[in-house]
Amino acid sequence: MYGRKVKLRFLFVVIVLITLILTTILVLKSLEENIVYFQSPSEIKSLTEIGKSKIRVGGMVKKNSISISSNKVNFIITDFKNEINVIYSGAVPNLFAEGKGVVAEGFLKDRNFFSATKILAKHDENYMPPEVKEALGEK
Amino acid sequence: MIYSLVGYYSLILGLIIGLSLFYFSYKNFNNSNILDTKILSFTFLQLFFVIISFLCLIFSFVVSDFSNETVFNNSHTTKPLFYKISGTWGNHEGSLLLWLLVLTLFIFLFLVRTKNQPVKYKILTLVFQQIIIVGFFLFLIKTSNPFNYIFPIPTEGLGLNPILQDPALAIHPPILYLGYVGSSIIFSSVLAATSLKIISTSWASHIKKWILISWIFLTLGILLGSIWAYYELGWGGFWFWDPVENVSLMPWLALTTLLHCILVLEKKSILTSWVIILSIATFTLSMCGTFLVRSGILNSVHTFANDPERGLFILVFLFILIFLSILIFFFFHKDNDRKSSSFFWLSKETSILINNWFMMYFLSVVLIGTVYPIFLDVISSQKISVGPPFYHKLMIPFLIPFLLMMAIGPKLRWIKSQLKDKTYLISFFIISILLAFLVLKNFNQNILINTILISSALYLFFITLRDFFVKKYKNISQNISHFGFSLLILSILFNSLFSSEIITNLKIGETFENSKTKIVFESVDQKKEKNYNAIIGNFLISNHDGGEDRFSPQLRIYNQPVIATSEADIKTTLMSDKFIVINLVQNQDFFNVRYQVKPFMLWIWLSVILISLGGIVSLLKKDNEK
Repeated sequence: MYGRKVKLRFLFVVIVLITLILTTILVLKSLEENIVYFQSPSEIKSLTEIGKSKIRVGGMVKKNSISISSNKVNFIITDFKNEINVIYSGAVPNLFAEGKGVVAEGFLKDRNFFSATKILAKHDENYMPPEVKEALGEK
Repeated sequence: MIYSLVGYYSLILGLIIGLSLFYFSYKNFNNSNILDTKILSFTFLQLFFVIISFLCLIFSFVVSDFSNETVFNNSHTTKPLFYKISGTWGNHEGSLLLWLLVLTLFIFLFLVRTKNQPVKYKILTLVFQQIIIVGFFLFLIKTSNPFNYIFPIPTEGLGLNPILQDPALAIHPPILYLGYVGSSIIFSSVLAATSLKIISTSWASHIKKWILISWIFLTLGILLGSIWAYYELGWGGFWFWDPVENVSLMPWLALTTLLHCILVLEKKSILTSWVIILSIATFTLSMCGTFLVRSGILNSVHTFANDPERGLFILVFLFILIFLSILIFFFFHKDNDRKSSSFFWLSKETSILINNWFMMYFLSVVLIGTVYPIFLDVISSQKISVGPPFYHKLMIPFLIPFLLMMAIGPKLRWIKSQLKDKTYLISFFIISILLAFLVLKNFNQNILINTILISSALYLFFITLRDFFVKKYKNISQNISHFGFSLLILSILFNSLFSSEIITNLKIGETFENSKTKIVFESVDQKKEKNYNAIIGNFLISNHDGGEDRFSPQLRIYNQPVIATSEADIKTTLMSDKFIVINLVQNQDFFNVRYQVKPFMLWIWLSVILISLGGIVSLLKKDNEK
């Protein structure tokens, strides 16, 4: 009924559609699994349940809160309303200091305790991550 | 003072010339068969004024003229001369001036170098390019004038961010821009060719040169940025899927796809729509990259200033350009591929097309991963980030057919082909699988996917390696690039599989020891330089198998602005890099020490150089034939 060319074109369109749909599904699924939410200490305080997925916590490193030993670094992230204890064993970025902004990535143990797997570097002393600025500005 | 004045008025003059060029083009377009010499000289004059303006900015930096706001914000008298100069483009205003310089340079070279093409085409390309140029002139003068005065004149500048004070980063922006902005000329000429309906095989071989030039610079520019990130940011990696890296990868993917399409167009006069869409996409992605980076939406070293007005301007300009190009595409483009559109499934063009689809897929993955967080932030003000696992998971599986296609594709002939007498194709395949299995057999993590991945990369490696000996000089450029790509994938795979890392906190005199490595933190020295003070740690690191190395990573505290940076100490050998970086957490005796052994690091850089070398060879070959 239809010519070979029409059939071929139809097949082509179908293949393209299928790949598009597959791609979308793949991407969305992967996004769902791999996005990391950013939360401030106050937001964590108000959580009803502790999720198992990786999150980021941002705020200021509290004054006199850094303590360091041979295999870990402990410190407190504060947004001047609430604070959270962080335990971390890994490389510390250059601009990690008390009274400066920080973003830590890792897992929540409970509402007061965060186990970080990564502390994010920033490149400029004047620069504050927008997330942190916003988290601090909410007070 | 005088430099700022001259620089500023040169910019104004450049803008006026840009506007007058529209008029000359209009006149010339309607009634002439030769290119008006006025157009050529005015284009040169425009380039000349932009160069003057750029030189003025460089001089302002060299003499530390702090009456200039840009210089004040980004320079300091104690900086070495080299970084005073590189500071010129290490900031928002200066880097945009560099954009403009490359834009005008490319259109001038285009007019001079283009022969055997219709005059109308040259004029129309100029017009489209001038639209971009005028847009950037307005952007520069209105929102980010590099020659603003400040009064009273400060006696000292604020200094350049120390992590930008680095040789690789000094040349990274110009090289990258040649690639980024080089795609503008492709954009303009594609629009011109579409409007005039002259897209043909001869046009393809003419534009191929420009695509190659842009592609080579983009590749090298990304490489330089990556090398810099490796040794300067102290994480010991070469690619972080950071949004800023992604925005440079996206035009690269589009440009690479375009490069392959143009080869098909050159030979077979098909895929014209693809070529047009990809050319538009490449430049749009470059502009998008500029927008995302400049508007302060993304956090990175490149975010110089968070000025919403700038972001808005680029965004509006971008939409105008996209709208214009879509209009031209739909109104002027008639698909006249019909005569030779009989695709056979086993042919060179099919394999190129399939790999183009894969590359478009990679591109959309990167695009979604980069844009989705911004998008979500805007609509729901939820802050998220997308990490490397997202990209790895979505890309790595598709790399396997991609690599295989890359190996087999070039073996096929145009239009229709059969695979016969190709026993070596199969035997190489078996050898690759066996070899990959042999390497990984003691490895228990993800052995299946890693074996398959490494075998397909090895397969491409062997096939291209064989071609060097069998085919000699035929297709050598393509072969070099494909060989480089297989080497790149192999190095990255081995690098990520066999890297090891020790992170520990040590006091001076302490020792860290595990089953393989012993790190002795012997002592600390101090050194005073003109623009920074350094704390140098002395380390003795020994392996259990007897090797011993001394390392002296530095911690630098720059004086203007006061920023601490870590200078990694890297011992590079042919087979692996040893990388150590230290950091001091404030007021504590402990040093944070990170020691990494990274195999095949050098090969990652070399393979990227090989990839771009393929482009260079192709470019030179083209020139010789003429």
